[in-house]
Amino acid sequence: MTPILSVKDMSVRFSTPEGPVSAVSGVSFDVAKGECVGIVGESGSGKSQTFMSVMGLLATNGKATGSAKFKGEELVGMKIDKLNKIRGSKMTMIFQDPMTSLTPHLKISRQLTEVLVLHKGMSERDARAKALQMLERVKIPDAKRRLDEYPHEFSGGMRQRVMIAMALICEPELLIADEPSTALDVTVQAQILELMQELRAQGDMSIVMITHDLGVVAGLCNRVMVMYAGEFCETGHVDQIFHDPQHPYTRGLVGSIPRLDRPGEERLTAIRGQPPNLQHLPKGCTFQERCDFVFDRCIAERPKLTGFAEGRGKACHLKGFDAKHEVIR
Amino acid sequence: MSGPEPILSIKDLKLHFPVRGRGFGATRWLKAVDGVSFDVFPSETLGIVGESGSGKSTVGRAVLQLLKPTAGRVVWLGENIAGFSRAKMKPYRRQMQIVFQDPLASLNPRMTAGDIIAEPLDTFEPNLSAGDRKKRVQEIMDKVGLLPQMINRYPHEFSGGQNQRIGIARAMILKPKLIVADEPVSSLDVSIRAQIINLLADLQAEMGVALIFISHDLAVVRHVSHRVLVLYLGKVMELAESSVLLSKPRHPYTQALLSAAPVPDPEIERGKKRILLEGDLPSPLNPPSGCVFRTRCPIAQAICAKEVPALEPRGGASDHVVACHFPS
Ligand SMILES: Nc1ncnc2c1ncn2[C@@H]1O[C@H](COP(=O)(O)OP(=O)(O)O)[C@@H](O)[C@H]1O
Ligand code: SF4
Ligand code: SF4
Ligand SMILES: [Mg+2]
Repeated sequence: MTPILSVKDMSVRFSTPEGPVSAVSGVSFDVAKGECVGIVGESGSGKSQTFMSVMGLLATNGKATGSAKFKGEELVGMKIDKLNKIRGSKMTMIFQDPMTSLTPHLKISRQLTEVLVLHKGMSERDARAKALQMLERVKIPDAKRRLDEYPHEFSGGMRQRVMIAMALICEPELLIADEPSTALDVTVQAQILELMQELRAQGDMSIVMITHDLGVVAGLCNRVMVMYAGEFCETGHVDQIFHDPQHPYTRGLVGSIPRLDRPGEERLTAIRGQPPNLQHLPKGCTFQERCDFVFDRCIAERPKLTGFAEGRGKACHLKGFDAKHEVIR
Repeated sequence: MSGPEPILSIKDLKLHFPVRGRGFGATRWLKAVDGVSFDVFPSETLGIVGESGSGKSTVGRAVLQLLKPTAGRVVWLGENIAGFSRAKMKPYRRQMQIVFQDPLASLNPRMTAGDIIAEPLDTFEPNLSAGDRKKRVQEIMDKVGLLPQMINRYPHEFSGGQNQRIGIARAMILKPKLIVADEPVSSLDVSIRAQIINLLADLQAEMGVALIFISHDLAVVRHVSHRVLVLYLGKVMELAESSVLLSKPRHPYTQALLSAAPVPDPEIERGKKRILLEGDLPSPLNPPSGCVFRTRCPIAQAICAKEVPALEPRGGASDHVVACHFPS
């Protein structure tokens, strides 16, 4: 079956006064129908820009090369009218800050119905009914009354729900969620995650969940791709990524998180150093300066993301790690 | 158990801020902190966890008198320092220091790392020779994991994690008895965050400083703290030893916080039945009557709207206090 999204050798470069920045360096991946993929990595690793380029939303100083196909259709270089049709309805994106998607001086009702009337040719009346139904679906209490309020009358968590409703209203086949719960308080974040989980269970919409928080993808996603310095360093089923990580960076990341579920454990296995400068990436492995296992080949040659088991891939010259956490060279 | 004396005793601390209403509206009061009490013992880490509007940073600043309390006592080594002026606080600032969330914003961009770290030395030991001053700075730089040869660099030349190390070095250089760390790792990435958490733990073990560690992240707070205090809308909900709070939380809010935090384990997360709280946090300008948590509490009863629950052991261990009419 054709994947919903198929990205091949995608790179994103920004030109800046200090020289070019390689935000994303030749990534390839697919998102299948109905699957929920988690994209994890630290800030600046290229998670957002990968999907901004898929959506055709890069800043003007950025340039994407490579290929991104939505159900077989090439998005890179697509005419803007055509792209707008796809990204407003079949493929939508939500962000950390809901105000990037909401217009402050328009009533919520108007913002929700506009796309239905414009893209789908619905009558005002039907569109309004659909908008109400969406607000109820994202669990906005008293939705009928709130439909005619303005964004500022909603709290942060409720605004986030409105943005999700807007992204869902045309029943997209792919929803890209970029840190949708990061800026929220913990108890409100839990509500949004629960909502995401319900959406996932409800239909065959594919979801991409971008986050720096490994906890967020654990319960939601079936597959996880770990990003580092503009590349995917490890991909696999969610259980494998958490219980049997095979890339040194993934292992470090998993060990860096203070755990509520493991009270006895005292010291975190921090990763030393910091991510490389995207203006001067090394020739070899981008993780070499922080890696405890670095050897000659890592410095000479950049490892490629390569499959090593069913559904799994890693970009590392090591063979891997065994069940006793010993390195296999 | 008669343990050591606390170095810091906060008693019924209140910080109310006037907020001008729109139009003719009378001034209203934002009760950022409303009757908070706790002790800090030598060499312990007390964690303060809370969501936005809980008053956690306000408490932290009030300890150092960076904000003046509206009421209550701040007893430092037996002496009430609440309301002390900046000048009067000066000798105490030698013993208590603060580390802020945003490392870059809290450092003077025009000063070198060395001068920033030496600031407290310049204030309290002005007669130090240039050589000794440099030696002390380099010693502490080495301790916090900064290369001493970076002494002449400026904050913008460092990463976020390194700038936080500079902030910690500045706070540590006089070997204070207490450091208030307000969201010290919240702006840092996961792997860097772990470095700083480990650093704080190591420094504490080595130098025996007490720490008030403030964060919205329960997992981080639990990890670094001996005891944890849970704040909600300016009031203490629960205070207990860290492991006890995790295994036997008695307040419905603590229970909800624990269940809300996503755990990085797919099996646990998939099998988890989250306690979901309704709605958002109420505005601290207009807190609910009675128990401030009652509008979101899954087990609230009529009495909860009428009577403020006292912070008490409620039949449990004496060092585990909870403010709830119906603790589990
Ligand atoms: N408009 C831009 N100009 C220059 N660099 C940019 C621009 N937008 C993003 N970047 C850089 O691209 C890199 C990847 O960013 P991003 O995809 O946002 O990372 P993430 O989402 O993983 O935090 C970062 O170093 C970021 O600073
Ligand atoms: S390729 Fe080498 S440096 Fe890179 S992660 Fe693997 S072992 Fe470490
Ligand atoms: S006092 Fe009442 S409302 Fe407050 S936490 Fe306890 S049960 Fe809930
Ligand atoms: Mg991002």
